[in-house]
Amino acid sequence: MAELKFTKTHEWVKYTEDGKAKVGLTEYAQQQLGDLVFINLPEEGDCVTVEDTFCDVESVKAVSDVYSPLTGTIARVNEDLLDAPELINEHPYEAWIAEIEDITETAEFLSEDEYETFIKSEA
Amino acid sequence: MEKKTPLYENHVAWKGKIVSFAGFLLPVQYETGVIKEHMAVRNDCGLFDVSHMGELRIAGKDALHTIQMLVTNDCSKMAPGQAKYSPMCNEEGGVVDDLLVYKLEEEEYLIVVNAANKEKDAAWMKAHLSGNVEFDDLSEKYAQLALQGPKAERILERICEKDKIPQKYYTFTKECMIDGRIPCLLSRTGYTGEDGFELYCSPNDAAELWELLLLNGKEDGLIPCGLGARDTLRLEAAMPLYGHEMDDEVTPLETGLSFAVKLQKEEDFIGKKAMLKKGRQERTRVGLEVTGRGIIREHCTIFADGKEIGVSTSGTHCPYLGKAVAMALIEKTYAEIGTAVMAEVRGRMVEAKICRLPFYKREK
Repeated sequence: MAELKFTKTHEWVKYTEDGKAKVGLTEYAQQQLGDLVFINLPEEGDCVTVEDTFCDVESVKAVSDVYSPLTGTIARVNEDLLDAPELINEHPYEAWIAEIEDITETAEFLSEDEYETFIKSEA
Repeated sequence: MEKKTPLYENHVAWKGKIVSFAGFLLPVQYETGVIKEHMAVRNDCGLFDVSHMGELRIAGKDALHTIQMLVTNDCSKMAPGQAKYSPMCNEEGGVVDDLLVYKLEEEEYLIVVNAANKEKDAAWMKAHLSGNVEFDDLSEKYAQLALQGPKAERILERICEKDKIPQKYYTFTKECMIDGRIPCLLSRTGYTGEDGFELYCSPNDAAELWELLLLNGKEDGLIPCGLGARDTLRLEAAMPLYGHEMDDEVTPLETGLSFAVKLQKEEDFIGKKAMLKKGRQERTRVGLEVTGRGIIREHCTIFADGKEIGVSTSGTHCPYLGKAVAMALIEKTYAEIGTAVMAEVRGRMVEAKICRLPFYKREK
């Protein structure tokens, strides 16, 4: 998972070769959220800003915001999640939420090790 | 500071995710997750710690009269060994709490109330005792476990004398020995919409009873369940929850509890005058089925014909039904089944329609 970058708000970012980046939720995030039953995805073409909410996910218990780790434009969304939000629970690092392009700013990223340490300090 | 129930260490050992609820540290779920816990209760069996509930005792020559004045349901024809659900109202007809009345003996009753309301209820009851009665708060003397699901009876039969298992819903055995050594009050009641039992025992025996039940229920799929599943189960069964479907300003008639309001009973119970004076109710509790995309939770404004008609009181995605539903208090004129409404969910309009309650009803 060396290619993944992490945020303190529990999103992961994976840059693709063409300068775009996929964004998803971490294993820790899905564990904390519990069984996901609904996702409100952004739309292609939406402009997103670092640390602003760009998506929300709902478990049976509650709704939670997902914060954008990047400033840019939504290139694609993962429509498979609309019918199967539980994919995030099952495979958090494969179930990307959106792909962002025209990236102009990023959140403060953590490496995998730094993120692991951060989670432990939060618990 | 939050209190721990006598089962706190068991929850930690079973890897429960602990949260604070009504002043108690309780598991919201275990590693299995809310959906699996919910489905276990519908298909097999689940075990809940409900030791946070309050137990209040009213006894004496005038115990029945006191209770008849306090609650809206009619307890006059109860026999020892029967339990009854009832709202308890204030003078304005609003609900102080909803509770269970257990008739232990001819002149002795145990009242089981919501944890969050216990102090308020005890003060209210004490202020309205009439005649020759004793009142005690026994909450510290009881732990309570709920064994819920179609296989609950079969599991109990392994560790309890068969003739001690209450056969009718809303009846109980006052003294029952589990595994020949753990005394408890065994009641065929619950808050899941499923067949099941509630076991009241000494806090000293609770941990042992918990492990004993889980051990003996394992082959039938019994798993421990948290507050998350307790809420989705009661919601799917459309059972009202205090603080959501009712509160001090909602009457039991408005929230669909007319079956537990006996306006014709002899006693002029607290709240009756106000309810009669209010006359024809203008709002009512309805079920909503989400037809658009999203989940309607509590406190969403409900619209129809372009105007505000009420507010949602609870809502979730129901694991067993596999769809999102909600309950709402709305103007009665819009309560017809099938009526299209909109709910404002975090700034977005979500389509829904009025549907029949309960959302889920078990097959008998």
